[in-house]
Amino acid sequence: MTVNDIVHKLGLTVFGGEKGLDREITGGYVSDLLSDVMGNASEGDVWITLQTHKNVMAVASLKEVAAVILVKGLKPDDDTLAQSNEEGIPLLGTELEAFDVAGKLYALIKSK
Amino acid sequence: MLKIFRADLHVHSVLSPCGSLEMSPARIIHEARQKHIDILAITDHNSTRQCRVVMKLGGDAGIKVWGGAEINTREEVHSLALFEDLQAINEFQRWLDKWLRVIKNKPDYFGDQVWVDENENILGEEERLLIVSIDRSLEQSYEEVHRLGGVFIPAHIDRRSNSLISQLGFIPSDVRADALEISPNAEPEYVLSQGWGKIKPLVAGSDAHQPDKLGTHVTHLKMKDTTLEEFKKALKCKSGRKILPLWDNNRS
Repeated sequence: MTVNDIVHKLGLTVFGGEKGLDREITGGYVSDLLSDVMGNASEGDVWITLQTHKNVMAVASLKEVAAVILVKGLKPDDDTLAQSNEEGIPLLGTELEAFDVAGKLYALIKSK
Repeated sequence: MLKIFRADLHVHSVLSPCGSLEMSPARIIHEARQKHIDILAITDHNSTRQCRVVMKLGGDAGIKVWGGAEINTREEVHSLALFEDLQAINEFQRWLDKWLRVIKNKPDYFGDQVWVDENENILGEEERLLIVSIDRSLEQSYEEVHRLGGVFIPAHIDRRSNSLISQLGFIPSDVRADALEISPNAEPEYVLSQGWGKIKPLVAGSDAHQPDKLGTHVTHLKMKDTTLEEFKKALKCKSGRKILPLWDNNRS
């Protein structure tokens, strides 16, 4: 499954990083503590968070996550968006809360 | 003529829910005198409502008190906002009142949130829980503090909770801050190995919540006098002013 697949199936907004929409998804990680994400997220994860600071994209790049989803209708900061485009890591958005979007994503990944 | 001033830049009062009821303005100033503190910053969680009385008592006792708060930004990063001027503090309080998320305090669980006069009579009680985050980002908070002529310092950056590191993973090299505060229990070797001092000047405060802790961690400032303007110069190493290294024994 690619990032593009979940964008369509979960109706996500694509803020930036379109170049990476064909990245493969292997799992997910939910956390708002970037120090925790640095230690525990895996390559290919979709990272679900409410943080919008540009450090999000630096950590996303470091961990080589497939994409980032911002929850609850939150919008990325301008420099976060710029870095998403630069890194080619999709920065996505949903109106859902983390619990709901994580549940839907989990079901999609497990159904494969 | 430049002098070395001992500054405790992070002190809570009785107003903070986690602050001891003993941390009244009179006790704070008494404690600061005993510990030969020249400059004290009153930094309660998300509120400036106790600092005026401490500023006045400090003035009477020959101790400079900067007012402000330890704000909790949207990222849940604690940051010190320091001011000298009452008008700026009043305006900053209005900004805090506007952006503090409204969650009612449960004093039995979180602690009392009262502010008092110089004789420890209660002047008021804050009903909203002060330890929650405000609905403003780090960057927006930095902008507001600077607009009002204040100094903005992310607090205890090395701590495992509510710090730049815990919330945002690392210190961005272009971080919007005037200095970075190291927590009282940080290991000097660890702090030096992280290279944070190359990004911004490092300062220390006691983060005292009870009287005995006040003044246990201080920053030595080489400046002309105790005004905030001098502190700003010291942060930029202007005209010989400077922040002395936190772990340098030779302080001359």
